[in-house]
Amino acid sequence: MAATKDEIVKGLAEIVNEIAGIPVEDVQLDKSFTDDLDVDSLSMVEVVVAAEERFDVKIPDDDVKNLKTVGDATDYILKHQG
Amino acid sequence: MNATNRTVVVTGIGATTPLGGDSASTWEGMLAGRSGVAALDQDWAADLPVRIAAAAAVDPGEIIPRAQARKLDRSAQLALIAAREAWADAGFEARAGEDSSVDPDRLGTVIASGIGGVTTLLNQYDVLREKGSRRVSPHTVPMLMPNSPSANVGLEVNARAGVHTPVSACASGAEAIGYGIEMIRTGRADVVVAGGTEAAIHPLPIAAFGNMMAMSKNNDDPQGASRPYDADRNGFVLGEGSGVIVLESADHAAKRGAKVYAEAVGQGISADSHDIVQPEPSGNGIAHALQNLLANTDLKPAEIAHVNAHATSTPLGDLAEIKALRKVFGTDVDHMAVSATKSMTGHLLGGAGGVETVASVLAIHHRVAPPTINIENLDPEAADADIVRDEKRALPAEGTIAVLNDSFGFGGHNVVLAFRTV
Repeated sequence: MAATKDEIVKGLAEIVNEIAGIPVEDVQLDKSFTDDLDVDSLSMVEVVVAAEERFDVKIPDDDVKNLKTVGDATDYILKHQG
Repeated sequence: MNATNRTVVVTGIGATTPLGGDSASTWEGMLAGRSGVAALDQDWAADLPVRIAAAAAVDPGEIIPRAQARKLDRSAQLALIAAREAWADAGFEARAGEDSSVDPDRLGTVIASGIGGVTTLLNQYDVLREKGSRRVSPHTVPMLMPNSPSANVGLEVNARAGVHTPVSACASGAEAIGYGIEMIRTGRADVVVAGGTEAAIHPLPIAAFGNMMAMSKNNDDPQGASRPYDADRNGFVLGEGSGVIVLESADHAAKRGAKVYAEAVGQGISADSHDIVQPEPSGNGIAHALQNLLANTDLKPAEIAHVNAHATSTPLGDLAEIKALRKVFGTDVDHMAVSATKSMTGHLLGGAGGVETVASVLAIHHRVAPPTINIENLDPEAADADIVRDEKRALPAEGTIAVLNDSFGFGGHNVVLAFRTV
């Protein structure tokens, strides 16, 4: 069953917390992974892989560069999840 | 200023070892003659021929926040902890540039390990086989590369004069410190953070060293297994940890009013060209390094009060070093108190030169030599040197004294460092 928008944000918050140590409550839709959440380019690959597993979605490398904010990633997952 | 023969001093020290999570607890453990070796009770060790090791007394995961730790191999985590202690001990209050007493362009790091990020490599290979290629961490390469500890410490302190990693197996840490001394002496840098680190307690390195017959298999007596100079020694005990010092030109240290532990007199280096793993048994290769030390510096044999020996507890290696000392120094050996601190820390491979430099510097600073523990029956051939047995021993209370820190590595690498009171 597909995840809701709230479930995706909550899931991404848990992933970012695990990878970058940012408190889950700080992971909001308008936050930039790089500028606000301490997710560097290599850690972003980890976020993507963890999100793929959690939400049954494929995020090709070429699309990763468009996922600047938590909102970008949430919208992408909502649209592409299996 | 680009002088070519500047005096170099030690202004900061740091360590995290099997005896303690910092240099003070490590030194206290050494003086007390405490062993850091314990049985490996993990499931993965059950079928290994060697089931003892000297793990770091304080797990680096307790110090470094999880988000940072997961991007660093354990060897880099240990180096970062030791380097932070040394940096603060040297009196720097922030990274170079932010602390205006040190210019980033004149700051270097030289931190080495013998094997590099071996546990990262092996753990990620497990991930590849069990979970597939997509799950291999994107941090794997910057974690496993052997220059990672030096580079990460360089990032932390803002070092821009150069970040280096000489690799020479178990001589790596000492070679790193020698390289750091030369960076300052030749004018490339004013301050260098230098040392060694290692974290290789994993079934594969243990099986490999064990199958070489290089390690003690005294599994029933972990604390008595590392016994340099004892007649029944039968190999080294693997240890992990890091030792790092801050080297500085004497002028730079004086200008900012830094405390000075010792002068870093210099180094002597040679290669055995004898065998890929066996030491040259007559000690000629080591003697050549000692002769180079005397030729390259103003060190006088009469000043040498203490030797922190390489002595790993192997039958051949321990004696080759004793023979070399006698060959080069003659009767001057009689006033050198020789200690094998690996009897307590185990053998930290590339970390050994760093930790033993910290011990060497503290020994002449406090004028006391740590003991060699576990000598029940002194090998008669080792008795040709004055081994500090069982208990710590006071060094001469007056006058200038110097210490040698010997480190040798597979490949035939011989590195001798000398430090002197100021």
